[in-house]
Amino acid sequence: MTKKAITIGNELKTSLLQKFDEVQMEMLGKEPLFIRSSRQESAQLFELLGFPTVELETWRKTNLKSFLEKTYDLEFEAQSGNEQDNSILQCEINQFDTDLFTQYNGKWIGEASQLRIYPNGTIVGSLSAAIQQYPQLMEPYFGKLANNSLHGLVALNTALFDEGYFIYVPDGVDHTRSLQMVNIINSKQNIFTNTRNLVILGKNARLRLVHCDDSMDFQHSFINNVTEIQLAEGSNMEYYKLQNKDDSTAIMTTTFVNQHRDSAFNSNTIVLNGGMVRNDTQVVLAGKGADAQVVGLFLMDRKQFVDNHVFIDHAVANCTSNQLFKGIVDEEARAVFNGHTLVRKDAQQTIAYQSNNNIQLTDTSKIDSHPFLEIYADDVKCSHGATVGQLKTNALFYLMQRGICERNARMLLMVAFVGQIVDRISLPNLRTSINELVRKRLKGELSSCEQCSIQCADPDKPLHFEIDMSLV
Amino acid sequence: MLQIKNLHVSVQGKEIINGLNLEVKAGEIHAIMGPNGTGKSTLASVIAGNTNYEVTQGEITYNGKNLLELPIEDRAREGIFLGFQYPVEIPGVSMTNFMRTALDEIRQYRGQEPLSAGAFLKYMKEKKELVELQDKLNNRSVNEGFSGGEKKKNEIFQMAMLEPQLAILDETDSGLDIDALRIVAQGVNKLKSADNATIVITHYQRLLDYIIPDFVHVMYEGRIVKTGDKSLALELEEKGYDWIKEELKA
Repeated sequence: MTKKAITIGNELKTSLLQKFDEVQMEMLGKEPLFIRSSRQESAQLFELLGFPTVELETWRKTNLKSFLEKTYDLEFEAQSGNEQDNSILQCEINQFDTDLFTQYNGKWIGEASQLRIYPNGTIVGSLSAAIQQYPQLMEPYFGKLANNSLHGLVALNTALFDEGYFIYVPDGVDHTRSLQMVNIINSKQNIFTNTRNLVILGKNARLRLVHCDDSMDFQHSFINNVTEIQLAEGSNMEYYKLQNKDDSTAIMTTTFVNQHRDSAFNSNTIVLNGGMVRNDTQVVLAGKGADAQVVGLFLMDRKQFVDNHVFIDHAVANCTSNQLFKGIVDEEARAVFNGHTLVRKDAQQTIAYQSNNNIQLTDTSKIDSHPFLEIYADDVKCSHGATVGQLKTNALFYLMQRGICERNARMLLMVAFVGQIVDRISLPNLRTSINELVRKRLKGELSSCEQCSIQCADPDKPLHFEIDMSLV
Repeated sequence: MLQIKNLHVSVQGKEIINGLNLEVKAGEIHAIMGPNGTGKSTLASVIAGNTNYEVTQGEITYNGKNLLELPIEDRAREGIFLGFQYPVEIPGVSMTNFMRTALDEIRQYRGQEPLSAGAFLKYMKEKKELVELQDKLNNRSVNEGFSGGEKKKNEIFQMAMLEPQLAILDETDSGLDIDALRIVAQGVNKLKSADNATIVITHYQRLLDYIIPDFVHVMYEGRIVKTGDKSLALELEEKGYDWIKEELKA
């Protein structure tokens, strides 16, 4: 580590480590040993690694400098969403049948802070509650699926996380009702949150999970999220991530997935807005017949930035993986795709694809695409490709010659371009909602908080919380 | 309906059309023939409003309006339809969505209410039958994976849907087998009325066995150099274009 790398964000780092010492004192004896020791080790690791800087190869394009130089209120829990007790914030996406769990400024609100135990044995809710009640379920996986040395933010998260969700689906259970996790940031101060999630699917279990990140203030917030996902033999998880953050927010998500034999992981990450968005997805295909589909869509404009990093490790033979990311960048936005598929020596009969297609609407927007295959086995089927283009003028002329105005012709072409990703959403109501959001976004009608009922960006509109009685 | 006077058109500084005159009245079918590279497709593109071409001189009047001032979509909404020589494939846009959007916008321009979904589908079904277009094409993306014949039939289908006043068919017959040619020609004939007009651009007399033109024009080096009736097409088929070139030299 060079001296410079340590200097950037040094002040913030020092205050985070101070906060860590305070929390350790406070939590002494309150958390099981495996959590305490992983916090301790990770804090030391974070002290060593610091925040990731552009000097690291995988962070070359993601420059956190401006966010790391800001001051954040690290004590915000004292004024968390208590005033929303017993109210459940409702977001427009929830027009389909889900069980909604809402975190407000990184804290659970109202009843959601309790764990919910379904008749089929599924456990859903607060991670900190699960630490108290189900440490034995968590211990084999917590902090073990995550690679703390991947970069400093993961280590920081493991050291300092305070909330997040825990989901456990027992062997053989198909949890048919979709779960929706909404994380809303609305604060008067700049806040820095370290949220942590753990999802465990037993053998042949099945889960559909929607994770929404929204913000509705214009403070500079830093969201550092780490999610660990354990997929046992034959399990199946659909994971939809919807990010709609304002331009002053940095959201960093790192997801670690460990897949056993014949398990299936389908993730679809849709980024509609965000000042600085970084999504790292790390998948290990550890059992034969496992399949990972990691797809995503990003629609960025103004000076927004998105970086999608995907690493898929074909550790054993007969697994399949597919990375497909599509994006449209407008104005001065920048987008990075970095896909890395590793096919190890014994991973014969691997089928792995990578694809990244982009539309660049302006000369001032920027796209960096790095699809990358690293293959050590000899009997594999792999391909990778990337494209950057503009809307085709001959197609526009064709549509306009039929009486369609330029604006709508462009819309048709853009919606068609992103359709390949949206159509992969298998939950029909979610697909319809996302389709609508994407259209609004492309028309420029969607602000970062439009689909949220709070509408706090509009001062004339009174705050109004809809209460979903079924959840109270 | 359409008057073209002393039209000059350039592409990247190169003059393709120089001094073309043409008048088309309602109820007429005009055929434009001529060797390759004489500006036939350029003329069609300019009428439709393709911005790759620059009109350096002359005027085009359509129903009394200065056509050159109208944007592409308004020309279409005013009733001009171009059957493309090479219909564009548009992956991800379904035929239904495409036609619905187009028809809605045209109706809105004309101050008409949009068709209900049911009425639209019924209308679309009728028009499909007219050109013997297969049902399955509905949900497919525009022209994507269509055979050459299907693409051309699809152009006529769109023409049937939009009911243009002036249809320009740019080499609609190229690449068609005899059955497809017959279907396309029948479509054009069925859509013909006393209120609309058609300009057929073609290389071969073959299409004119099915679509009987009122006028046949020969284009050469960016101008219409000879105009006659349908017998001119037969004469061209028999003798080629060389005799016209000779005539011009003389």
